[in-house]
This record gives sequence, structure tokens and C-alpha cells, in this order.
Amino acid sequence: MKRHLLSAADLTREDAELVLTTAEEMRSLADRPIKKLPALRGRTVVNLFFEDSTRTRISFEAAAKRLSADVINFSAKGSSLSKGESLKDTALTLEAMGADAVVVRHGASGAPHRLAHSGWVRSSVVNAGDGTHEHPTQALLDAFTMWRHIGESKPGGLEGRRVAIVGDVLHSRVARSNALLLRTLGAEVTLVAPPTLLPVGVETWPVETSYDLDAVIPKADAVMMLRVQRERMNAAFFPTAREYSRRYGLDGRRMATLQDHTIVMHPGPMVRGMEITADVADSARSVIVEQVTNGVAVRMAVLYLLLGGSEPAVGGDE
Amino acid sequence: MCAQPSPARQEASSQPPAGGRTVLDDRDIARALTRISHEILERNRGARDLVLLGIPTRGVPLAARIAERIAAVEGYDVPVGSLDVTMYRDDLRLKPARTLLPTEIPQGGIDGKVVVLVDDVLFSGRTIRAALDALNDVGRPSAVRLAVLVDRGHRELPIRADFVGKNLPTSLVERVKVSVAGPDSPDDADAVTIEDATS
Amino acid sequence: MKYLIKGAAVLGGTPSDLLLDDGVIAEVGRGLSAAGAEVVDADGLVALPGLVDLHTHLREPGREDAETVESGTAAAALGGFTAVHAMANTDPVADTAGVVEQVWRLGREAGHCDVYPVGAVTVGLAGERLAELGAMADSAARVRVFSDDGKCVSDAVLMRRALEYVKAFDGVVAQHAQEPRLTEHAQMNEGELSGRLGLAGWPAVAEEAIIARDCLLAAHVGSRLHVCHVSTAGSVEIVRWAKSKGWSVTAEVCPHHLLLTDDLAATYDPVYKVNPPLRSGTDVEALREGLADGTIDAVATDHAPHPHEDKDCEWAAAAFGMLGLETALSIVQETMVDAGLLDWAGVADRMSSTPARIGRVADHGTPLEAGQPANLVLHDPADRRVVDPTESASLSRNTPYAGRELPGRVVATFLRGRATVLDGKLQ
Repeated sequence: MKRHLLSAADLTREDAELVLTTAEEMRSLADRPIKKLPALRGRTVVNLFFEDSTRTRISFEAAAKRLSADVINFSAKGSSLSKGESLKDTALTLEAMGADAVVVRHGASGAPHRLAHSGWVRSSVVNAGDGTHEHPTQALLDAFTMWRHIGESKPGGLEGRRVAIVGDVLHSRVARSNALLLRTLGAEVTLVAPPTLLPVGVETWPVETSYDLDAVIPKADAVMMLRVQRERMNAAFFPTAREYSRRYGLDGRRMATLQDHTIVMHPGPMVRGMEITADVADSARSVIVEQVTNGVAVRMAVLYLLLGGSEPAVGGDE
Repeated sequence: MCAQPSPARQEASSQPPAGGRTVLDDRDIARALTRISHEILERNRGARDLVLLGIPTRGVPLAARIAERIAAVEGYDVPVGSLDVTMYRDDLRLKPARTLLPTEIPQGGIDGKVVVLVDDVLFSGRTIRAALDALNDVGRPSAVRLAVLVDRGHRELPIRADFVGKNLPTSLVERVKVSVAGPDSPDDADAVTIEDATS
Repeated sequence: MKYLIKGAAVLGGTPSDLLLDDGVIAEVGRGLSAAGAEVVDADGLVALPGLVDLHTHLREPGREDAETVESGTAAAALGGFTAVHAMANTDPVADTAGVVEQVWRLGREAGHCDVYPVGAVTVGLAGERLAELGAMADSAARVRVFSDDGKCVSDAVLMRRALEYVKAFDGVVAQHAQEPRLTEHAQMNEGELSGRLGLAGWPAVAEEAIIARDCLLAAHVGSRLHVCHVSTAGSVEIVRWAKSKGWSVTAEVCPHHLLLTDDLAATYDPVYKVNPPLRSGTDVEALREGLADGTIDAVATDHAPHPHEDKDCEWAAAAFGMLGLETALSIVQETMVDAGLLDWAGVADRMSSTPARIGRVADHGTPLEAGQPANLVLHDPADRRVVDPTESASLSRNTPYAGRELPGRVVATFLRGRATVLDGKLQ
């Protein structure tokens, strides 16, 4: 039985829609006087963060706490990790502490996979972002946000919806997980980036690709802007930040070409003025703040479905 | 692997089995619900401050029907909602993670209200225990009452129903099946049947 | 000690007897007998000249936790090798006569097979200035192969000078072809899978561009060039083209590149992490074809031991490399002989006589004829075995074949008439 969420590809359509419907219930908790559920009482969730990511960590922390789990935060800074302790030894330590789930963020692609499959731990492993590989809970929260806005909050609601994912796809674990998950949910994904920022072999992905943002966004139901680090230009991925913004940034002029119902998304943290202008980020179309709220609900759903019963409810057999 | 359907859902999706013995037909059920509605009104001295919360899945359409009857008598729409007890169940860890069912608390909440929990069958009492816990996290009613279509006995907790459609003595090997036409199950006929689970 | 080998199929041919006496093959024929000789029943076994590896990492000095000359050469003997070239990327680097002589002497003391140290091309493998190539050539170790293996001599001028300089002592530069800028942080073969796994890609062109440049340089200065571990179809194409021009270019392929493909990276198990990386099935096919038609001259193991902790970690943090000495002949049997691409005489050429010639190693890779040095291996092609890493003579366990069933087994290895391996056991 699979106990882990390592890749968006682990989820069947049935699994993914179960997470979304469960998240819908979890989200309604926010409107209640007591924002806590007893489902994971007595369970221990460890947030194992080898990379700084305050927003993802607190999102998982809030999710676990609202389900009454005990939460241990283990971050690379100020721990033995910075003294060269290996992933394996850290994992053995967590195992000895009795962790039921390890939420892991790591700079190396595949590190959560190693954690889950090397016999180091028996707990469930949730990938909270690994290198340039995947970030499945981010994809789930993005899908959940789209589902609520352009998918009528019902199974099958994203079927045929058009989603443009724009920016540094090459280095983006968010783009990889989103492309896989949105395809599973029946949406049509177009990746928009300069050729240098599209991965080799992207033509084999279940997506369209384009180099022309202006041609793609008028047809999109959702436009997701990815963060583009200015340092990328030092490695010659694009000439200058100015040229990047002109060709691939979402500004007011481009926003005016969107359909009325189209939403604008960003996984954060944003580089305002680079991939997105402030007026777009703060506009009524922007669901960027809501993405954060939804992140907690989706992570509650994932933790509940993995840990809430005697065995996980999502993910295929091992 | 998909989530385990809740036990309620499993039974709701089935038509009354040909082999089962029908103990309540649609007209019996209609009469029982009418009686329960009147008893609720009598006990509460009217419909004011009432909130009906159905326990998914079949408690929800039953609660809606009781509300219809109360509206017909009193000319007043009682708020109706649903209360999922999944995460409060004492056997949560014993089975694969279960699908959550909708919890909808009506506008106005439940603080200071008289909440009537509505369920199809009262058996061990564990579901109702979970419902009381769940209710605790939603607000503080002035009183909580329990209405069930069938009480089949075999209580494992000190819980009793205030309003009962029919007391149905059963043995532990028998299964009581309730099917109710509702928004999620429009094709189901109203019926309560008993079948021998050992056969 | 005299050995009378009865009924061995020499290069897979008709069974013959071989009498080994006083370090040489004294006699080859049918129905031989010799008083006082230990008889080795070789019925069903193939006799090949002792294997010669152009590319072994013995790790000593510096990483004796991974391998020592003693343990590495024991593994070599068990794999049928009678000579190995020990790569220079030790600590300290084998870039002086002192270090190469030390490695050479350790090999002599161990006695499992002959050790020919490879000298570094540049000081400290830093790619900045030439090491004292002449001193290493003139040392007791008689170095003829020079390589910065592990690193590429990417500076074109430095490469040109090295190619020219080693002509003075008939040396050869063995290039680790890896354009450094194109492979910064590279983790696996660049392709659809690297994109999906989020592992930085290692494009074929990074290897091929250097090979093409070096072939042109070698032609320009009239030197010998040897290309280490070619791994792509394009590399085979370029070497084939260079040979067609009559240039003095040789190339080697590793057993793992003849068998394993990049899809193994999807396990994220670093036991499959190697430099150059495992490539696609198309590349594997081209490599086999190239080895069969002689475009690729030799099989070299790139035996690269690593301690457990350097592999029992996340992919990006893991070391590159895999064990190879004890499985090389089996892999070649499976991928080439059993596949009908090469006969045993071809195996003897690619794994013994040609690498001996490239490395200018005397007394190895010589024909199994009377009067020749008694360096040979007896291989049982009919046997099969499941690879168990714990049985390896290497100090390391990073074999990618753990649990895999492989054909063939080395029964005996003879070094100058002395059995280093008998009945599959180290002597």
C-alpha cells in the first residue's frame, strides 16, 4: 500500500478529486468558531525542511495542527543538518521519534523518493517540493483554487478548461506537478516560456507549449505566472530582466486581453515587476491570496487522507 | 485506491433487496415522519429556535422531509443542515481513511438553538456520540434532541432517541437497510427492510 | 608450479590442452600430459588471454575506505584480469613519478594482477599546467597512458600540448570527454526523463563536442588519442569518422553502457549514477554495434568503488561511479557474445590484446600459443549466477547488478603461469 505523496503522477483522477472534495469540507472549517478537527489526534507530523520555505512550512503546520496532530518542525538551519548529517541519519532520528508523517522539502530532486523507498523510515512521506522535480501539494492547491473559480467545485469541473503556465518552467517543480495534475483532471495546459526555459523533452509532456504569451492568454481560463529569478539571466537564459518582462510578464495591458472569468494565479513568492506587475497581482482577477488559504485546506485533506485511517485513501499501490 | 465509502453511503446506494423482509413501506415511512414532526413541534412548543441537522447520508433527506411537514403545519421554514461525524468516529483508525461528507450549518448557526439530530437508524449509539462531539465544535445549542426513523436496539452507549419512527427489535446478525429518495438518490424507493446478514 | 589445462576451448575454438610452465605457455595441443603438473579440468571452458583493463579506479592512495590496490586487484583477478590501468584521480593525484611508483609497487606486492598506473595529464587534475609526464614515463612504473579522468582536459591548447608531448615516449592521452560548461551540475542523461525527474541534464553533445575536437587536434599534431568511456551513438559516429580518415584514434566502452539505460534513474537510486551517465536504448545499441565492428577498440570497466555512505543518500549528493571488474566479462558475454555480435576471439581482442596494445603493455594480450607469457583466463560461459554485492572482493558494494542474474563465470585466472584465481576463488 502506498503511504506517500511524492509526485502528482501518483494521483489518479479519482484520488485527486477526492482530495479536492475533502479540501472543500476542510475549507468550510475556516468559517466555524472552532477551527480544529480531531482526526489526527495523537499522530505526529514532522516538517523536515532542508530549504527555507516559510510559507509552505507554516501552511503544513497549520494544516496538521487544525487536524489535532502534533507537529515537529525540523529545519536545516540551526540543526545538525548544517553540520553535515546525512539525509539518512536525519530520517532515522525522526523514525526513532515516532513520526507518522514526514513532510519534506529538499533541494535535491528525488530526495523524498529516497526517504520513502530506502527503508529508512516507515512513516508516510509527503513531498513539499524537491529540487526542480515536483511540488504535488502546490499543484493540488492550485487545482483546488481553479476548481472553485472555473470548475464549479464539482468533479469533472476542470474538464476542457484552459490553463496557461507562464515563466521558468525549466526550474519549476510547481509547473511539473501542475502539468501532470491538471492533465489528470482533464484540463488543457499550455506552457509559455522562452525556449531556454522549457525543459528538454517537453514535447513528450501531455501539454501544449508556446513562446508567445499574447497568443495564448486570451483563450485561457486561468493564467498561472511562475517566479523568475533575476539570477537566471546570468546563466544566459534570457538577456535582461527588462526583456523578459516585456515578452513574458503579465501587465495591465495583457490582463485587458483576458476573458472576464479568467483568473490570475501565482504560487509565490512573487517578483513584482518581473513576471507580474503590482496592478495585476492586486487586481480583482488575482486569486493569489486565496491560494494561500486554499493551501491549508488542501494540505489538511492530504494529511487526513494519508493518516486519518488505518491506511491511506490516496495514491496507488506500491 | 479510493477512499472507503462511508458505511451509510454503501447501504444507501442499494435498492431494497428482493430477499429482504420489508418492515416499513413508503406509506409507513411517510406516516412515521409526520408523527415525528408533530412530536417535535409539541415537545418544542412550536417551531421557533429549531434547527434540524441530518447526519449524512440518509439523515439529510429525512431532516428535509421533517422540515417540509413542520412548514406545512406551522407555516415556518425551520433551518435544515447536515453534520458529518466522520472525523469524530471512535473507529476512525480501524478502517481506511473515509470520505468526508458535507457539513452544512444553516445561517444563524446553532448557538442557543434547539438542535434536532436526524438519522435513519439508531443502533450502537456510537454515531450519535460522534455527532455530539462534532456539534460541540460547531457551537452551543440550548438543547440537543435526537430523531430516528428506526430504533433497532443493541445500544453500546447511554444514548436514547427522543423521537422514534418505529422500534424494531432485531437480532445482531440482521441488517436493517433504509433507502430514502433524496437529492443524491432520487431513484431509491422509500423502504426499511431487514435481511439476515448470515445468509 | 606447473599447470596442465585440459580441454579448454581456446578463444572458443576446438578444445585443446595447455601446459603452463615457468611463467610461459610451454605447449598447446591435444592429449598433453606432464609429470608433476596440477591438472585443471577445463571441459566446457573458454580460454582467453588474461583481460587487460584500461580504466580502473583503485582509490589508493587517499580513499582506502573505498578500495585499495590489494582489494581492487583481487577483484580484477576474480574478473579474469591480469593487468589493470590504475587511474590517476587519487589523493594525492598520480601526477608525479613518486605517486605512480608507489601505486605500481603496491600492485607488485599484492600480486593479483599487474598494475599499470595512469599518470595525470595536468597537475592535480586542475587542467592548468602539464604534469611531469616524462618523469612518470621514465619512472619504474613506465607510464604510457595519461589521463585526467574524472575531469576533462577541456582547454584546447593544453590538450594539444599534451597530445604532442607524449609522442616523445609513445604515450597516449586518454580523454575523459565532458565539456564542463555544458555539464555544470549535470546528474543524468539529458532527455525526456531528466526533464521529468527534475535532474539536471547531461547532454550527449557535451561528450561528442570534445571527442570531435580532440580527434581533429590529434590529427593535426599527428598524435595518438584514446577516448575513455564513449557513451553515445554520436560519439561512436565521430570515432568511426575519425578512423575512416586514418587518424590514430582509439576508444573504449564500459560494460554498464552496453547494458543499462537511463530509465534506471527514475528509481533515484544513486547506484545508477555514473559518469558518463547511463544513456538511452538507442545509444546502447550503437555502442554494441560500434564494439562489434571495431569502431570501439576496447572494453574498459571504469571500476569506480565508493563507500556505502557516498551512495546511500539523495541522488544529487551521491558520488558518480559503479563497480565493474568482477562483472565485466559476464556483461560482455550477455550483450555481445550471447547476442551474436561478437565471438570469443572478438572478446579476446576487445578485452585483452587491443587494450594491451593501446596501453603499450608488454606480455599481456599475447596469443595463447607456445612460448607466450602464461597470462590467461578460463571462463565458463554456460554457468549463470546472481550478483551478490556482499561477495565482491572490492571494499565497496556499489554494483548496479545486485540481484541480477548474469551469464558466465570466471573459473581460473593465471598470471605468468601462477594461478591467481582457481575454482572461482582467489588464490
